[in-house]
Amino acid sequence: MEQEYVLSVKVNNNNGVLLRVAGLFSRRCYSIKSINAAETEDNTISRLTIVVAGDLRVITQIKNQLMKLYDIREVKILNDAVTREHILIRAGRSAEDRHKIIEIANLYRAKPVDVATDSIMLELTGESAKIDSFIDLLKPFGIVKMVRSGITALERD
Amino acid sequence: MILTGADIIVECLLDEGVDTVFGYPGGAVLNIYDSLYKYSDKIRHIITSHEQGASHAADGYSRATGKTGVVIATSGPGATNLTTGIATAYMDSIPLVAITGNVSCGLLGLDSFQEVDTTGITMPITKHNFIVKDVGELAKTIHLAFKIACSGRKGPVLIDIPKDITAAQTDYSPLGRSVPEKADRAGEPEIEKAAELIRNAQRPYIYAGGGVVSAEAEDELAKLAELCDAPVSCSLMGQGAFDQKSRRYIGMLGMHGTVKAAAALNECDLFIGIGTRFSDRVIGEPAVFGKNAKIIHIDIDPAEFNKNVGVHTAIKGDVKKVLGQLCEKVSQKKNEWTDEIIAKDYGEPVQKGTDELPVTPEAVIRKLDELTNGEAVIATEVGQNQMWAAQYYSFTKPRSFISSGGLGTMGFGLGAAIGAKVGCPEKTVVNIAGDGSFAMNLNELITAYAHKIPIIEIVINNNVLGMVRQWQRLFYDKHFSQTTLDNRHIDYVKLGEAFGIKAFVISKSEDIEPVLKQALEISKTAPVMVEVKIDRDINVLPMIPAGKPVVNPITEIDLEA
Repeated sequence: MEQEYVLSVKVNNNNGVLLRVAGLFSRRCYSIKSINAAETEDNTISRLTIVVAGDLRVITQIKNQLMKLYDIREVKILNDAVTREHILIRAGRSAEDRHKIIEIANLYRAKPVDVATDSIMLELTGESAKIDSFIDLLKPFGIVKMVRSGITALERD
Repeated sequence: MILTGADIIVECLLDEGVDTVFGYPGGAVLNIYDSLYKYSDKIRHIITSHEQGASHAADGYSRATGKTGVVIATSGPGATNLTTGIATAYMDSIPLVAITGNVSCGLLGLDSFQEVDTTGITMPITKHNFIVKDVGELAKTIHLAFKIACSGRKGPVLIDIPKDITAAQTDYSPLGRSVPEKADRAGEPEIEKAAELIRNAQRPYIYAGGGVVSAEAEDELAKLAELCDAPVSCSLMGQGAFDQKSRRYIGMLGMHGTVKAAAALNECDLFIGIGTRFSDRVIGEPAVFGKNAKIIHIDIDPAEFNKNVGVHTAIKGDVKKVLGQLCEKVSQKKNEWTDEIIAKDYGEPVQKGTDELPVTPEAVIRKLDELTNGEAVIATEVGQNQMWAAQYYSFTKPRSFISSGGLGTMGFGLGAAIGAKVGCPEKTVVNIAGDGSFAMNLNELITAYAHKIPIIEIVINNNVLGMVRQWQRLFYDKHFSQTTLDNRHIDYVKLGEAFGIKAFVISKSEDIEPVLKQALEISKTAPVMVEVKIDRDINVLPMIPAGKPVVNPITEIDLEA
């Protein structure tokens, strides 16, 4: 059955490692829903959090193929994990909109980070579903621009 | 001691036990070639006519000897010319270390003369690649490249070295030969599960791939086949992994496998795939492959499990160790079915020539087999020549069939044969080519002559691109688009002569034995070429169309239809 899986991948922080991973996905026709890459507590190691869609067979294939790359240290398919996404979103067309947007922001505990005369930029961190519904609520006010970080995740202990 | 990067490269190669490299000089590798000049008493360098030929030679050297092949090329076109050879080695899991020069670090990224993003280009066709931008990292990187090439599932590794790094000096102390990481034994639960399946099977069938050759597991394979009392097939890459003169051997499985092997696949109740990746050229239609059987899959690379076909039991590990473990758990079996299928006559297709061109590839290759007692190293090009070589020569030992199985690289064979002969000078090495493949890289005849590499080049000449023609006949309404080469009028005897190579022609059946004998005699000291003139419509049979179930292979093609 096709569903979304979150892979947590520890890699050597070498030149081109992201290209190796992205190249593997592209070459083997696996689709990436989102990918997030940044250094870990050890600056020689980065952690990639990759969201992919597929069935268990495909996900197992992806894991096994990734493990063959020299720069990959560990691949985990996350089951029980804290997953978070961060969004920066600018919305609104008028000063009136701004007030309504702030009300919604308060509900979601989103934080205003930049205010212009007609619009407002907010930041929010949460699970993807929360981000999705937040975006939906802002849509009527006109979304000027937005950027999502893609999922980051860590296993629970 | 203080050494230049170039000297460090050669020192590291020596530490890795390398005594032969293939390559082609150029601007970005001038320093490396200067070191090779200094070390020429310790490392033999074979210059080919083209970098592609060098890459195939290093590959053939590796396939024939089991050692890691080394190829050196300059930046830009030198590196891009290697790519076909690297991809060929990658698809067939052949350990290769490719060293390319690049422009100096300060010129990287500026579209400098003969600059190309070599690591970017070769990323998907290598196990790993490096660009070394610090001479202090050079020695470590070279040893690591050898280690990666030979660890686990083997394959090519490329090291790109900017020119200034080869000139830079640094303090060097030898790091010693790298030690490849050997794959583990299999877990006991998996072994027990597989042993149980074998114990319960009445009709077990063993299918061995190139992984058996790579793991040098031929003895364990033979032993397991005896214990299971199973018939055995090999994939194209597995040719020679099992003694084909054994009664158990029932021929190749797959698109051009035997009728008997196809029958075994469908009748067996247990299919044991060993060191194989279940290539699409073997499995046909995945959904019905081995549908009456349970499948055990033994391989070093878990990414191959359930990739192309679903399997019941997957055993990850070093094939040699796993087979050894299995042999301990399986007691001697006796299966009636095995005797039946071995004895049954499935009426394999017979090749026929015409009145004008009566010679068949079958007759030539079978005669060659007889004259060399199945002990020659046979390289092939790609296409009909390759299939005929696999079908009609009786491979008895591993590393005796050298062919581009995965990538299907026309032009592979001549370079590969040269490499194989350099690696195994005591063996008879023959390249079986078609006229199409021969024309792709015939320039390497120059290499064979110049370095006195006494191979036998057999060009099976049908004046067509026979395999493509065969498909055009079957699936494209006989539209022989661009596959008829009648306008080429190559005089192979003169062509050989121009390169300094004696050449013969076989055009009548009576020519076969004397010409082959003569060629074998000459090949004790010098390269030799034989043109075999055959009819254009001799097809490779049996045949299972691509993607179709492996049942009832085509054994006859009506040329009038």
